[in-house]
Amino acid sequence: MKTPFYEDIILAGFGGQGIMFIGKLLIHGSMKEGKNVTWIPSYGPAMRGGTANCTVVISDEAIGSPVISSPHSLIVMNNPSLDAFEPRLKEGGVLVMNSSLITRKVKRKNITVIGVPANEIASEIGDKRAANMVMLGAYVAHTKTVSKEKILEGLTDLLGEKKRQLFEVNKKAFEKGMEFGKV
Amino acid sequence: MGKKTLMTGNEAIAEAAVQAGCRHFFGYPITPQSEIPEYLSKRFPEVGGCFLQAESEIASIYMVFGAAGAGARVMTSSSSPGISLMQEGISYISAAELPCVIVNVMRGGPGLGGIQPSQSDYFQATKGGGHGDYHVLVLAPSTVQEAADLMMEAFDLADKYRNPVMILGDGFLGQMIEPVEFKRRSSTDRPARDWTITGAKGRAQNVVKSLYLKPDVLEQHNLQLHRKYQKMIKNERRVETYLTEDAQVVIVAFGMAARIAKTAIKILREKDIKAGLVRPISLFPFPYQTLEKVAEKVDKLLVVEMNLGQMIEDVKLGVCGKAAVHFYGRVGGMVPSYDEIVAEVEKIVKKKR
Amino acid sequence: MKKVFERPKSMYPVSTHYCPGCGHGIVHRLIAEVIDELGILEKTVGVAPVGCSVLLYNYLNCDMYEAAHGRAPAIATGCKRVHPELVVFTYQGDGDLASIGTAEIIHAAARGEKISTFFINNAIYGMTGGQMAPTTLIGQKTTTSPFGRTSEEAGYPLRVSEILATLDGAAYVARVAVNDPKNVIRAKKAIKKAFETQMKGLGFSLVEVLSQCPTPWKMSPSEAVKWVEEKMMPYYPLGEFKSPKEEG
Repeated sequence: MKTPFYEDIILAGFGGQGIMFIGKLLIHGSMKEGKNVTWIPSYGPAMRGGTANCTVVISDEAIGSPVISSPHSLIVMNNPSLDAFEPRLKEGGVLVMNSSLITRKVKRKNITVIGVPANEIASEIGDKRAANMVMLGAYVAHTKTVSKEKILEGLTDLLGEKKRQLFEVNKKAFEKGMEFGKV
Repeated sequence: MGKKTLMTGNEAIAEAAVQAGCRHFFGYPITPQSEIPEYLSKRFPEVGGCFLQAESEIASIYMVFGAAGAGARVMTSSSSPGISLMQEGISYISAAELPCVIVNVMRGGPGLGGIQPSQSDYFQATKGGGHGDYHVLVLAPSTVQEAADLMMEAFDLADKYRNPVMILGDGFLGQMIEPVEFKRRSSTDRPARDWTITGAKGRAQNVVKSLYLKPDVLEQHNLQLHRKYQKMIKNERRVETYLTEDAQVVIVAFGMAARIAKTAIKILREKDIKAGLVRPISLFPFPYQTLEKVAEKVDKLLVVEMNLGQMIEDVKLGVCGKAAVHFYGRVGGMVPSYDEIVAEVEKIVKKKR
Repeated sequence: MKKVFERPKSMYPVSTHYCPGCGHGIVHRLIAEVIDELGILEKTVGVAPVGCSVLLYNYLNCDMYEAAHGRAPAIATGCKRVHPELVVFTYQGDGDLASIGTAEIIHAAARGEKISTFFINNAIYGMTGGQMAPTTLIGQKTTTSPFGRTSEEAGYPLRVSEILATLDGAAYVARVAVNDPKNVIRAKKAIKKAFETQMKGLGFSLVEVLSQCPTPWKMSPSEAVKWVEEKMMPYYPLGEFKSPKEEG
């Protein structure tokens, strides 16, 4: 019998870096693949500029706790987020970090680290705000949690008609990110 | 709809209300439930509903009183401090026997407390909350899907018993996103409501009230309410049992705490500790009988709550001394982790009774 | 034989529980007469307060709610939002409206809620036995201001009509009295105008009625009507504070 699929991940960064958005995109794509999903945010005032994080669980089976003590994967966009969540990452877990903004060395030895210069890449392709999609691309390519196609379908849904023009740049950012995540 | 969509618990609760035929909402913004009024202020104009942001939670609950008395399917939503303000009105609504749905997306207290998730309003919700001898029917969902399902049912139960029904969730349930499917309702018919305020045309006057100055008359009114609560106790107990058949230790938890406990149970079973779960879904009426049965087979229970021990009193009443009842809780917006629950169960298992 | 005086259809044939000389009975009757004259009994809904007039539904026979203390305007709002076609009024005393229920009345007026409020101001808490009200006059003795109300301790009496008239949502605001036949006739006109304002959908309407409360005032009925004129009216002047523009 195939072991049922299970993944949990914490995504963290500054408010405004689009960390909540890529978390939602991840569950959108995964749901389209028939998975059970949960997304739970840090919530409250001062989101913009403060640290924001969300926890995502993706599973073949019904999901118990949507709150995760030690996640299998971590996407961090800045130094405070690395400080907060690095100690909690599971042994052997995957850390995808934004090397454009993270200046310190990773302390843990028992994890896989993927550094992605997300801000530089996003600037190169013409939209600084797409750094989040670069990060998601690296994560998805490395972990194969969900297919690229379903992420792009999800992106279409989430952008909707109003932000349709943002699709191409976000897609490009995601694809660029994937190059960093390839094993 | 018949199709899975991703929604926050708050949005799902609001949409479920719309699908259940609710067309009147009165409320006041408070974190972490403001997405409910926000959603309905946008959604109601599409279906001809009335959304009104009141000047306070006190006014909100009396607008609910007025609309319920006028025969409408009506709701309000708030979070702990706001629900405290509403208690007077909930007592009046219960006394006047008006159907309505009240959503409490709980946050930490007492006082202004915090805005992070909590389950510390259990006593308030299940034991009356306001003055006088009354109960509201309390349902505690643990997933976004269940929140939507129970929300729809809540309106029918409110009509059936002419009583307020409370949906008791917490900040995480309100804020989290999960897939949800709005089940097609077989019937949206409501029971006859010949007591409502519609203008006394071709009939005698209707009065919606709660004053009974003569003690013997008030006693009769109290007894009639009591009979109604007995009917709820008989008909509306809801509980989920999970892996209790072979369990050596059983966790009792509701809402978010119960979900976390399920993950803990999985980990415990991998460690060869046979743990199970009793998850009360209706908190009033409380499923005492299920706990009584469980206590006949298991001699150790662990109650897990996001408070310092409230539901445990009901668990003890159900267990009635037949098993040891332990407690683990986190408060203030801190959420118990499955690791903590696992450690707690391991400790208990080692203990002699 | 021609009938010149009869009980309004909107009233039950019962006697009230009010003290001799109390103004409530007069105001009840005026409301009932206006309901009859406008032919709206079958679509009128009243909201009774907490206070002496809590049993209003025993005297008027339209559909009625009994509210919690101060909350009548919120209940009326809930009802009116469900049934905009009904004519909804609240009947409130000074403790109910001007003390515990200030938030509800101000916001109902500010929203321009299409309801009518009849506000009975007798400068005292009648039902609980004569305690100080928010409208108790400076110097007036009550059971909780036994040496006379002082502004240093208890502040100043509230002029509700003047306050509410400043709100854009309030379409008609008037203060009347029921201490003599001339004033009773004027009071009835104001009550009618309030209902008509609501029925035309013009906004919120309120009629404040200066009313006599002989028992807690420790006066005879005839002393009480004189007190309304001599003590209350100088502080609470009668008149229309806001009126919808005449059509045409």
